[in-house]
Amino acid sequence: MSSIKDRVIGIIAEQAVLDPSDVTMDSTLEDLGIDSLGLVESIFAIEEEFDVSVPFNANEPEASDFDISSVASIVAGIEKLIAEQS
Amino acid sequence: MKRVVITGAGTINALGHNVPDTLEAMREGRCGIRELEFRDVDRLSIRIGGQVRDYDPEARFNRQQMALYDRFTQFTLIAAREAIAQAGLVFSGELAARAGVVLGNSGGGMTTLDENYRSVYEDGKNRVHPFVVPKLMNNAAASHVSMEFNLKGPSFTVSTACASSNHAMAQAFQMVHGGMTPVMVTGGSESMLCFGGVKAWEGLRVMSKDGCRPFSANRNGMVQGEGAGIFVFEEYEHARARGAEILAEVAGYAMSSDAADIVMPSKQGASRAIKGALADARLNLSDVGYINAHGTGTAANDKTESAAVADVFGAHADRLMISSTKSMHGHLIGGTGAVELLACIMAVRDGVIAPTIGYQEPDPECALDVVPNVAREADVNVALSNAFAFGGLNAVLALKRFA
Repeated sequence: MSSIKDRVIGIIAEQAVLDPSDVTMDSTLEDLGIDSLGLVESIFAIEEEFDVSVPFNANEPEASDFDISSVASIVAGIEKLIAEQS
Repeated sequence: MKRVVITGAGTINALGHNVPDTLEAMREGRCGIRELEFRDVDRLSIRIGGQVRDYDPEARFNRQQMALYDRFTQFTLIAAREAIAQAGLVFSGELAARAGVVLGNSGGGMTTLDENYRSVYEDGKNRVHPFVVPKLMNNAAASHVSMEFNLKGPSFTVSTACASSNHAMAQAFQMVHGGMTPVMVTGGSESMLCFGGVKAWEGLRVMSKDGCRPFSANRNGMVQGEGAGIFVFEEYEHARARGAEILAEVAGYAMSSDAADIVMPSKQGASRAIKGALADARLNLSDVGYINAHGTGTAANDKTESAAVADVFGAHADRLMISSTKSMHGHLIGGTGAVELLACIMAVRDGVIAPTIGYQEPDPECALDVVPNVAREADVNVALSNAFAFGGLNAVLALKRFA
């Protein structure tokens, strides 16, 4: 099975309609052209993929400790959630 | 063009089961938002809302009616009975033939849908009650009002999400204003507070888990409410001839579409609707003393709405009051503008401005007088009611003290 990183990148690439090779760890969602609706959709897809609950409220994205500022931070956040929920 | 006045008002919502109780709660800055109570609420992550409490539908409706009335229809009829009783109108003959009912609603019979989906999907039943369709259809409430009160003129339901009621009332105003009919019953209702209804909203991640704090820097989303607000819009000479009590005058309205984004609000779209309502009502910026805000308590709405108001009113923006009563009754979606019009009536008729409760921290992006936490007495001649819906559909009404 592919790594968490590759699976997250796959989800984000699909949302951004890009090839996974074009999504780098330091990309921000904005760089990739993902807007607020795209973000909420990506988080939903990630929750479904990993069977986790991501604590994300669109009104206060900075309030949860789930950091969406870059692909790397999202991957790190998912790894932490999976570790906590396993 | 005919002058249009309001001669009856009715409501049921989380703050009260009638207009006097609701206005008293608004004056006292009471909060109707509490823990939700319905089946499977433990499977939701959002568990608060402005639910109608201490409500016994069987005390209001008989068995045959109960079989046909979803909760949103029940609320509508309760509010319509209050409004039409206050107006003192009996619809017969020519008046019945011309008077109609235009209502706002977004979700239709959500509780009916929820219960019947559960029954066929979860419980595996293969048979549903014969009245599922007439119960859940969006126009059920308008139709039952027309039947109960013998309204035989133009009747329909307007569905523009959170602006439904304002669009409906604008339409009713236009019909009376233009001389099509001397009386229209109008307003709106909503009841989405059931498992499926709240679950759907949860998905969008714009709901607050702990409270509705419009314009406050620490706001974190909207909270849903339920209920209805119904009004009798009447042509002034018709009302005067029969000596009816006039609650307020509807001075004008405007509608606009952002044509931009399905969920994000637009300052330009909101501004155009506010400006348009003032132009339609032939009012100056400085006439406006109070705005009942759309004020959902989301990050995006409140800052966009504040910017639109600042843009339209310029220096006068600092002299007017703007509050969001959603902080008390929650967001009634398709019914919200109707319940909020009550706050506008209270402002122009009683000189009492309903507060924005839950206000804790000033937000520099919402730097207006939001009447924080405590109601205020003020002499207000003109009040606006804003509604800016998902889908970018906006409708603003202008209300004037009757003089």
